[in-house]
Amino acid sequence: MSKEALHKNKKQLDHVVIRFVGDSGDGMQLTGTQFSTSAALLGNDIATFPNYPSEIRAPQGSLYGVSGFQVNIGSNEISTPGDDLDLLVAMNPAALKTNIKDLKPGHMVIVDSDAFTRSNLQKAKYDSNPLEDGSLSNYNVVPVPMTSLTREALKDTGLDSKSMTRSKNMFALGMLYWLYSKDPKYTEEFLKKKFKNKPEIVEANIKALKAGYHFADTLELMPTHYVIGPAKKEKGTYRIIMGNQATAWGFMAAAKKAGLDLFLGSYPITPATDILHELAKWRNLDVIAFQAEDEIAGISSAIGASFAGKLAITTTSGPGLALKGEALGLAIMLEIPLVVVDVQRGGPSTGLPTKTEQSDLMQAMYGRNGESPAIVIAAKSPADSYDMAFMAAKLTLEHMTPVILLSDGYIGNGSEPWRIKTLDEMPEIKTYQITEYVEDFHPYKRDPKTLARPWAIPGTPGLEHVIGGLEKDKVEGTVSQDPLNHEEMVKLRAEKVRKVKDFIPPIEAEFDQEGDLLVVGWGGTYGSLKTAVKKYREENPDHKVGLAHFSYINPLPHGVADLFSKYKKIIVPELNMGQFADLLCMNYPQFDYIKYDKVQGLPLSSEELIKEFKKIIKDA
Amino acid sequence: MTTNIKYTFKDFASDQDVRWCPGCDDYVILRSIQKALPQIGRKKEDIVFISGIGCSSRFPYYMDNYGIHGIHGRAAAIATGTKLANPDLSVWVASGDGDSMAIGGNHFIHAIRRNIDLNYVLFNNEIYGLTKGQFSPTSLLGQKTKSSPYGNVQAPFNPGELAIGAQAKFFARAAGNDAKLQTKLYIEADKHKGLSLVEILQNCVIFNDGAYKDITDKSVKEDAQLVVEHGKPMIFGKNKDKGLVLDGMKLKVVKIGENGITEDDILVHDAKEKDPTLHLALVNLKEPVVMGVIRAVDDKTLEDREAEVTEYAKKVNPIKSFEELLFSGQTYEVK
Repeated sequence: MSKEALHKNKKQLDHVVIRFVGDSGDGMQLTGTQFSTSAALLGNDIATFPNYPSEIRAPQGSLYGVSGFQVNIGSNEISTPGDDLDLLVAMNPAALKTNIKDLKPGHMVIVDSDAFTRSNLQKAKYDSNPLEDGSLSNYNVVPVPMTSLTREALKDTGLDSKSMTRSKNMFALGMLYWLYSKDPKYTEEFLKKKFKNKPEIVEANIKALKAGYHFADTLELMPTHYVIGPAKKEKGTYRIIMGNQATAWGFMAAAKKAGLDLFLGSYPITPATDILHELAKWRNLDVIAFQAEDEIAGISSAIGASFAGKLAITTTSGPGLALKGEALGLAIMLEIPLVVVDVQRGGPSTGLPTKTEQSDLMQAMYGRNGESPAIVIAAKSPADSYDMAFMAAKLTLEHMTPVILLSDGYIGNGSEPWRIKTLDEMPEIKTYQITEYVEDFHPYKRDPKTLARPWAIPGTPGLEHVIGGLEKDKVEGTVSQDPLNHEEMVKLRAEKVRKVKDFIPPIEAEFDQEGDLLVVGWGGTYGSLKTAVKKYREENPDHKVGLAHFSYINPLPHGVADLFSKYKKIIVPELNMGQFADLLCMNYPQFDYIKYDKVQGLPLSSEELIKEFKKIIKDA
Repeated sequence: MTTNIKYTFKDFASDQDVRWCPGCDDYVILRSIQKALPQIGRKKEDIVFISGIGCSSRFPYYMDNYGIHGIHGRAAAIATGTKLANPDLSVWVASGDGDSMAIGGNHFIHAIRRNIDLNYVLFNNEIYGLTKGQFSPTSLLGQKTKSSPYGNVQAPFNPGELAIGAQAKFFARAAGNDAKLQTKLYIEADKHKGLSLVEILQNCVIFNDGAYKDITDKSVKEDAQLVVEHGKPMIFGKNKDKGLVLDGMKLKVVKIGENGITEDDILVHDAKEKDPTLHLALVNLKEPVVMGVIRAVDDKTLEDREAEVTEYAKKVNPIKSFEELLFSGQTYEVK
């Protein structure tokens, strides 16, 4: 076969999961983002997930300094960043060592062979060079001297060798563009814009990118390249959005829709801090982002701002939610609008700060003193975070009681294409705010439909009133220690949350509407569960499996018992010890729930889920 | 917003029964603030009182303004949110020594550091009253309380020293029984832009009665207190014949007319001096205890800085609307 013919050997792929790994200084996040962005711009569906070490700049070449970025691109709907890898790009021995176990046997791993020096091998705790000792014989290893090839390509740029070496990630990216038949033009545009004041850097990076592309084109080790066709998606304008960014924007949208300014009181905590970063940029768009002295001041300042009439939110992760508990109880007692976002991470205590978990559910439900119910809702994907943040704001404003929005590290840091939803597409938000004098004002006189109280804000003449954490009279809001009034108030606050049930969508199942097995999930596991159910049904067409994913947790939506009764078995996979299953058991004890729990700081994989589904259906 | 409405103190009294112990200095503080407010020229709907927990923190219930009775220690943090949300409001904090300097110490020092325009009234009775008599962060060493039956072993804070250490720009002090001086100080505190801390030496009649009697009793107060005024010599005493001079790095009490000392030798109080050295010496002085506005330095407030940065962001940020933001950067069409 002529070389020409060989290279026309393009193979169609449905989807591919790629992971870029290297030192935390190797630019793997940028490489991964560029690759996935180009793929999306060229019509693929994508989902991505970064994987940073918790050290900021760990010693070069060390095992704990490995930084990664995973991307799943496809011509069909992509719901997760993927499980096992189809391709691994490893920039040094430590990156290879910590990631090779996730590569499917027989699949390709591209390594920078220049980085496999004795010292780097030692740092990665390799006794011998894995490129030479046969230990990788199960894989298709493609060693490429990327560092020296990049330097060679850039030798006329006048850059010093350290700067030249820094462009090797672009060399790797160029190879990948050839391998998956992607036009590198978007990355070229990106580089020109990003380094517009440093033309020598633009030139070097584009040269390295092209060098990588052409090198792959001529490399005999890569006889085939692949095509992943465009995915069918709803018409519209898209962008790639990260979960935490979508959360921030969802609140901005809600504030605009409600005609209020947005106030964030927050304290930095992984993995929630990106919401603070994002909102801090937009003070020109009526956002006040206040970085407080601690978690408690974060929520307390938000309470003060809510009292003064802002849409007030506070953002945190598990340990921070624990610290905010008392103040959240105050907000529940005051009956003011407030949203608390918990981007969950592995716990307890400091736990696994950069890893994902769903173990704050019970804390969100019950982690306060006294009878203090809060509305609890959860985002199911990076893009869904926009809708759920919007919804959290809508519910708190329309029901005058705090909302906890649960996200997690997996969807907070993950990204996917999002069809941009303008304000016109979002539902109306009606507030109870009063800014002008009204006759017959009573701070705790309720709207019988929602039990919400009026929100009269300081500056409004004639409506001066004091609210506080002491139990209060059910109408006037003045301090009351009356036993029967207290009981009535406890019940009113609970009923107010229960009434939200009538304002949220009923639970529905995807896939089979009745049958052998109902898979029940909530929050950030949606993509994993959907992928697993889809695959399982393809493999087992005579089995009837449905998926019911809960976005609303307190109160639970209408229709749960009806739906659950249509299936023989119910499985509840969660990234905790079965907290949602326990909650369902409390509310709907007539059903049996099979728990499937995972607490490794990692998402659920389709493989493990499918195995479990099989077992359950076979046993039935 | 300023107003021409003529209020009297009664306009600021709520219909709630005041429930402090009979004889408590808190009554004096309440009445002094109610008397000060008609003189600050603010509409009553623009005034907000925010408190934490403790005897002092019942304060908002007794005012006919907007208010929040918050949670223990967090008044400054809640008030910070309210003020940032609406800088046009006159926001007051009512808090005690435990509320401000024990459980709420972090919020206290950071509110001061940021110089947010709050009027902060610190009810310092050197004891926990509402929990019935434990030592507080201002209780004296050796003080016997229910939680220190053999004497307190934790050295106290001096609130003025702590505040100035935290970059306070305004610090004033008055005796709990001195309604006249208090009213004056509350008006000064409201006038000052930035965080204004007013410490009240407040007698708790039940759990720490007489803590300040050597300073505040009618019979001794003129010799035990020095009420400073900006631009005036620091003279005190029943016969107005005692004053402060500098002896090396230390303040010293001298008698006018003795050893050739004349009124001209007495230090003139400069509350506006940025260097806090002398202000620190004044807040730490025990004999006499210094009252009045000790420090009042003009500086930008947090709200000023926020507004400046927002103006700057509006100028330099190319994205002018939320809709523009949604479509900014890399987007693509699916047809």
